[in-house]
Amino acid sequence: MTEPPHRRRAHARSSDLERYAGLFAERTTAMRSSAMRDLMAVTARPEVISLAGGLPDTSTFPPQTFAAQMTRIAQESAAAALQYGPTEGFAETVDCIVEVMGAEGMLPDPEDVIVTTGGQQAIDLICKTLVDPGDAVICEAPTYPGAIPVFCSYQADTIQVETDAEGMRIDELEATLERLDAEGRRPKLVYSVPTFQNPAGVTMSLERRRRLVELARSRELLVVEDNPYGLLRFGGEALPPLYQLDGGDFVVYVGTFSKILSPGIRLGWAVAPPPVMEKVVLGKQAADLCTSTLTQYFVREYFTGGRWREYVESLADLYRGRRDAMLTALRDHFPSQATWTEPEGGLFVWATLPPYIDTSDLLAKALREDVAFVPGQAAYVDGRGRSSMRLNFSAGGEEEIREGVRRIGKAIGEQVELYGALTGERTEGAAGDGGQAGGAEEAGENVLPFRRAEGE
Amino acid sequence: MKVAVLKGGRSLERGVSLRSGARVEDALERLGHEALPLEADGELVKRLAAERPDVAFVAMHGPGGEDGTAQELLEILGVPFTGPGVAACARCIDKVLAKHELRSAGVPTPDWFAFNETAFRELGAADALGGLEERLGFPLVVKPSRGGSALGVKFAESWFDVPEALVSAFSYDDRVLLERFVEGRELAVSVLGSEPLPVVEAIPLGGDSYDFEARYEIGRTSFVCPAQLGEGEERAVTDAALAAYEALGCSGFSRVDLILAEDGPQVLEVNAIPGLTDTSLLPQAAEAAGMSFEDLVARILDLALAPASA
Repeated sequence: MTEPPHRRRAHARSSDLERYAGLFAERTTAMRSSAMRDLMAVTARPEVISLAGGLPDTSTFPPQTFAAQMTRIAQESAAAALQYGPTEGFAETVDCIVEVMGAEGMLPDPEDVIVTTGGQQAIDLICKTLVDPGDAVICEAPTYPGAIPVFCSYQADTIQVETDAEGMRIDELEATLERLDAEGRRPKLVYSVPTFQNPAGVTMSLERRRRLVELARSRELLVVEDNPYGLLRFGGEALPPLYQLDGGDFVVYVGTFSKILSPGIRLGWAVAPPPVMEKVVLGKQAADLCTSTLTQYFVREYFTGGRWREYVESLADLYRGRRDAMLTALRDHFPSQATWTEPEGGLFVWATLPPYIDTSDLLAKALREDVAFVPGQAAYVDGRGRSSMRLNFSAGGEEEIREGVRRIGKAIGEQVELYGALTGERTEGAAGDGGQAGGAEEAGENVLPFRRAEGE
Repeated sequence: MKVAVLKGGRSLERGVSLRSGARVEDALERLGHEALPLEADGELVKRLAAERPDVAFVAMHGPGGEDGTAQELLEILGVPFTGPGVAACARCIDKVLAKHELRSAGVPTPDWFAFNETAFRELGAADALGGLEERLGFPLVVKPSRGGSALGVKFAESWFDVPEALVSAFSYDDRVLLERFVEGRELAVSVLGSEPLPVVEAIPLGGDSYDFEARYEIGRTSFVCPAQLGEGEERAVTDAALAAYEALGCSGFSRVDLILAEDGPQVLEVNAIPGLTDTSLLPQAAEAAGMSFEDLVARILDLALAPASA
């Protein structure tokens, strides 16, 4: 059968491309595609176990609830639900947001809230409001890979501050701020995911939270707190969000329904002091006038049912089991030289391999075994992170996670062994694969010098 | 005419292949042919047998499509296809094999050593690396033998970089080569039938000629076609490209990548089925020769249906 008639754009000739290139805005040169993106395209094959995405498991949302809500909306509010809405979002949606933030101890003024098309748009609008080309933007190292294109598109000078088990290193942040001071530059914002960070899975300690908020106050700079995962806690003590510690003067808050309800409804929000909010609203008007009315009705209906916390708790239970499965699998299948974070919530584990392994190349090898992850480089603007990887445990079942980690572990084990054979360096295979030693172990002689730390 | 367009596949260059394929389909339709898009998956042979196309346009890149696998199937099914035949594809995809062929045909190519993974794991080949400095010298380039674009290609400035670079390259293939780095201008010569098209020069912006990834990013490399070459230079470059094309037994079309060093051109590799996307080099070269993309596709089809003309 021939396919239905369709009209496809006549493809550009290369001279046309040149012509278009002359029209491109300066900022597009900072929006880069890379070889890694081509690699990621291959991860979409159905047979691939993907630990690469950041997808919540939406299969747990009851279809009957979905159907009943949509039916009620259609029967009771069809015309309004199909209409434009206010740029700031409906008051009823804001009520739901206040309820969600209240569950983490925050008490925002509803006037300070704007409903956005996902948390991603909130980040974009905040940058649109604050960042001029060349402005310094500070974020964690590693940072949320999806924030990097936003910073790049506003031509920010993105500076990444080292992160350890207690989150962003505030001493290093201070040193960075002082260095910028000396250069006569004032950073516009510090972007942080303090709780169950994407990609590292770490949570900022209370002491550092306090210091960060103090710094923002004393230096009058804005901290953007991105908190998509705070309610997905599997254990340990909940820490106050930066927004709560600060009271909302110098912390701009970004929230989302994506991880507690659904990313498909594209509903997020920002909370900012009135002068900032005024500009954000103007930016939102220019971007898309208003957030989807229909999905705001969806959320309103859902919250009326009063079961949203129950659902979040069921997700946390589910993800706890999957995290445990991943951590066990990592212990079983990753070599002893590897390290990884043990998150108390969220969606991600961050693993770091010996410095001679480039995880972008490892991904190519892993894809032959039909398994994928995000190479660490995606979380940096400066090429760091080459030996790290982000592993997601929310999207697939425990068996899939175990098998995925086993396959990655096997690929790493082969690289470790090969490196051992090349350098004469003593190596250990993956613990779970019988601990085979590197081939050249007995040869004793170092044929090539062993690189002990990452260059430069 | 009913033209099957083979695209996709499992190689890492799947994305490029899908873009090449879509563009070819458009051109075929504008040429008045019936384009039949075919994903290179488990259904491929069944669909080819059922659809019985007059000719297959192979728009696949990397192992699986550019290595002779798809071509072998098409031969069995008796479907004429575009681009080089099975043997040429098999030679081009394997850089080590290709370099041996080039060298025995007297085509200049940089010195190299090749190693299998088993040589390191089982035969202690690491000891042989000691001879590298003497025989090749540094800097050198470490590449997977089979693989496209810049994936897994690393620059080694000294000893210290070699083990790491080898681990990377072995992620893509079980055979790698260490090649002497040749300083010079980066050129690509596309050959159509037996005619060279105008030379394309890749000029890295930002100055880092060791950053192999940059070559494949729009905005980090600028491409000039026709390249500004002296008459003698141009002849030397196209002669080397044609000699490489012939030495590897290519037909239909292919692209030869070379470095123009001070003492003349050195062939790095031959791409049996180069990209055909909006930003690919073969279509750019064709355009510089006054051919539209449709003209190019039409010519490639003609060559596939009249292979004896070469």
